[in-house]
Order: sequence, then structure tokens, then C-alpha cells
Amino acid sequence: MNNTIALKSILHKEVHRFMRIWVQTLVPPAITICLYFVIFGSLIGKRIGEMGGFDYMSFIVPGLIMMSVITNSYSNVASSFFSAKWQRNVEEMLVAPVPNWVIVAGYVGGGMCRGILVGLIVTFVALFFVDIQVHNIWVIIATVSLTSATFALGGLINAIFAGSFDDISIIPTFVLTPLTYLGGVFYSISLLPEFWQGVSQANPIVYMVNAFRYGFLGISDVSLVTAFAVIGFFIVTLFVTAMVLISKGIGLRS
Amino acid sequence: MTYALEITGLKKTYKGGFQALKNIELKVEQGDFFALLGPNGAGKSTTIGVMTSLVNKTQGQVKIYGHDIDNALEEAKSHIGLVPQEFNFNQFEPLTNILVNQAGYYGVDRKTALIRAEKYLKQLELWDKRNEPARALSGGMKRRLMIARALMHEPKMLILDEPTAGVDIEIRRAMWDFLQVLNKEGITIILTTHYLEEAEMLCRNIAIIDGGEIVENTTMKGLLAQLDTETFVLDLAPIQHQVSLDGVVSRQLDDHTLEIDISKKQSLNQVFAQLSSQDVEVKSMRNKSNRLEALFVSLINQADKTKENSKVEA
Repeated sequence: MNNTIALKSILHKEVHRFMRIWVQTLVPPAITICLYFVIFGSLIGKRIGEMGGFDYMSFIVPGLIMMSVITNSYSNVASSFFSAKWQRNVEEMLVAPVPNWVIVAGYVGGGMCRGILVGLIVTFVALFFVDIQVHNIWVIIATVSLTSATFALGGLINAIFAGSFDDISIIPTFVLTPLTYLGGVFYSISLLPEFWQGVSQANPIVYMVNAFRYGFLGISDVSLVTAFAVIGFFIVTLFVTAMVLISKGIGLRS
Repeated sequence: MTYALEITGLKKTYKGGFQALKNIELKVEQGDFFALLGPNGAGKSTTIGVMTSLVNKTQGQVKIYGHDIDNALEEAKSHIGLVPQEFNFNQFEPLTNILVNQAGYYGVDRKTALIRAEKYLKQLELWDKRNEPARALSGGMKRRLMIARALMHEPKMLILDEPTAGVDIEIRRAMWDFLQVLNKEGITIILTTHYLEEAEMLCRNIAIIDGGEIVENTTMKGLLAQLDTETFVLDLAPIQHQVSLDGVVSRQLDDHTLEIDISKKQSLNQVFAQLSSQDVEVKSMRNKSNRLEALFVSLINQADKTKENSKVEA
């Protein structure tokens, strides 16, 4: 059995899916980000002044890119895998001799592709509003790859448990969005009172946004080592969880 | 001898406590065309589900071409092509993509998959629709698409769970021809169907499942040999008199229709001789009901009675 071909097939199917509906998957993040730049960057940002030694627009760009990556990696896998469950075409893979890790890797890879592609589109849009500088390209690549993998795994687990289309919007609405907005996208957590700084450190998105911002601007509220350790911990935990759920056939086999 | 399918002591109890499979014992030889019949909820689809790993078994052993699904699941699955009862493909994907992706899951490279997709789409008369999304197909076309998909990795065994449900008779017959060709090429075929005529026409061996148990497992010829009496309907040239037949139960329905019940021991020649002596001309003749259907109903009723009796005794 050639697992590489099976993996390529799932990846091809996933990328083809979000490219086929590009108006729904790739255009909205670009429009949303334009609005953020106009409102928070041009209008309000000018009154805020500097943050972390950079003008506000430059400060929020990495966070906004990361926000798009997180949202799109998650929602791609959540909606695609749940749709495959709902239409029962997930059975095409379950009856085939595809190892569980290939199914997980295929879907996560698809989520990463969409997350990173949207990240590139948002970066391109950002260039119309601000000059983007790069401090360390490798940190940028590592952070965006690992973060998109983390949230793609999260989306997969959400889809495995989901029993209806409503269930795949609950986590993004009530967990992901608040964590992202409170994850240091629009502000440095050093501005918060000490207690809330401590609370913020329990938010994994803080580490992802700050590591990403370090890659662009060379500034971060957390140490890079801690950031990658936290991201690594979440990837391993979520991957093991997804593998156990699929092996047991939770939500997939009766 | 390695069987295509060997099931031993298979049991399945669902979470709510419903026992779908009680103790299934089944063997299917390589190259067989095998019918698995049973009423709705008898356990046919659950058995297929266990074989294809869509249902987790509670107990028992299942071997596909000698590969135990407990310790060689991937090898076992690689031999099976499944045509499920419900449509289970992505309705928005074009046909070619569905087939090529499915082949990919079995490790078939894209170039080979495209060649096979063309072959099966042409054989199943879907080639013109190859670039259309699956939702645009009619019910019969969707069934044929699932057959094409199941063949993409060239399996040794094809499992068809009611493949001709809702398909018109012309397409059904074309599908029968196609399946017979596949069987002649050496593919083992396991078929569940509600069309008993279909099972009688195609299958060499048969198992009847009811209430999660196999109530009959024999050859199709052996099963049909159990029939004692058959009812024939004779279309006659209009007659003015009452027909009377010695030793044969008959019913004259009108001036041109006669029903006769013939036991295995009796000869139709005797009936025709008697009719001829009474100046009755027989225009045509047909079975009143499907022979297998009559047997099927009687076996299921028998099984139900046995269960009732054992409950009373308990």
C-alpha cells in the first residue's frame, strides 16, 4: 500500500475543495482584513500612536495575518471533515486501507494550505497599507506552519465530535474568536494589569501571535523558546487526541 | 482452502443494547456469486459494515481472503470493493475526481487511475457525464458511479448492498450483465437485494439472514428444490365451458385465465393433455409469483415461529 499516494489524494481533494469555492474561502479574509486596516490602522491607529516602538499599523499586521491563518486553518478542516461525515463520503477513506495517520495528515495538510494561502493573501493586501519588514523569515515560516497545523488539528477534532453544522460554529464563535481578540493581536499584553497579564499567559494564541510578530518586527511579549514549546505541546496533544478518536471510530463508526 | 470470506461467531450489540448480529457463521468461496438476503433490519448491512470496518464488531472473527480484520485490516480492506446502499460520495465533486481520489486511497497512482476511470465510466455509460458534479446524475447513474468507484482498485471481492434499488428494469438488466462479466473474470461478488428475481438469476449460493442469524445457507439450486408446489397462470383462447382437471388444483378466473397448482411430482404434460382433450387452447403461461420469493417468505415465517415457540417454552 502506497501511503504517499493516499496522502497526496486527500491533500489534492482538500485543496481542490477550497479552491473550487474560492469566493467563499479566499476572498472574505481579504475583505475583512482591508476593513481592519482602514478602521484600526488608518482611522483609529493614527490616534493611538506607537506600540512596542512601532506605529500601530505595523504592530497589528502580524497579528491580523495570524488571526486569518488561525481562523481559516480551523474552519477549513472543521467544515470539510464534517461535510464528509454528513454526506458520508468519509466512508470512502474508512473502507480503504488508509492508515489513520494519513487521514489526519491529509486533512491537516489541507487546512494548513488554506491557512497559509490566506495568510499570503492578507500579507499582500497589507502591503497596500503599510511597509512590511522582516526580522527573521525562519521564525515567520515556523510559526505560521506550526500554528496552522495546531488549529487544523483543532478543527478536525471539532468535526469528529460535531453532530450538526451548528456544532462546528460553536467553538470558533465562543472559544476561538475571544481567544484571538484577547491574544495580543491589537495590543501588547505588557499594557495589561499584572493579573490580566498572568491570565493572558494561559492563552496559547498569545504565544503564536508574539512569535509571529517577532519574525516581522523583532519584538515579543514572551520568549521565543516558550512560544515554540507551547505550540509544540498543543500540536502533540491535539495530534494524539485526533489519532485516538479516529482509531476508536468516534463519530465515524457504529 | 482460502475462502474469499470467512465469518465465525460474529456478534454485534449496539450501544443501546440492540443485538444486531447474534452468531453469524458464513463462508463464501473465491469466485462465487453469493446472495445475502433478509428482511429490513435483519443484519445484512451490519454484517457488511463489519467486513468493511464501518461497524465495530462485538465478538467473532472475520477473514477476507485469509486476512483477519483484527490483525491485518489493511490487507483485508485492499481486497474489497464496496457499493453501499446509500449514496456516499461528495455530491459536488465531478465524477472523474471521485474515481481518481478513491483509487488514490488504495495507492493507485493518478495516471493509472485516470485510465481506469475512463474504462469504467465508458463501460457503465457515464463517460459523457465525467466532468459533471455527482449531484447532477439520476438515481440509476449514481448507483453505476458507485460500482465504478468500487472497481477502481481492481478488488478481488465486490460487495453490493442493494445495488439496483430504485433503478429501472432496463438499466437493472444492463447492470446484471455487467456484474456477470465481472464474476466470470474471477471477482467474487456478494449481493444483497430486495429483488429476489435478481438473486435467483445471478447467484449460485445464498444465505438468508433474519433477526441477526443465518436461517438458511445453501446453493440457489438446493434452495429452489425445497419448493413443493408452484402456481402457474395459463392464458387461454376464450372458452365458454368450465374446465375440469383431474388430480390438479385449478381455478378458472374468467373465460381466458386459468390458475393451476403443480407439485414437483406432477407433470405439466398431463395438464396440457387434459386441456387439449377439452378443446382448450393455451396461448401462454407464466409463474404466478417469484419462486424464490415464496421460499423466502416461508423461511422467514418459519424462523419467526421457531423464535415464538422458544419464547413460550422459556
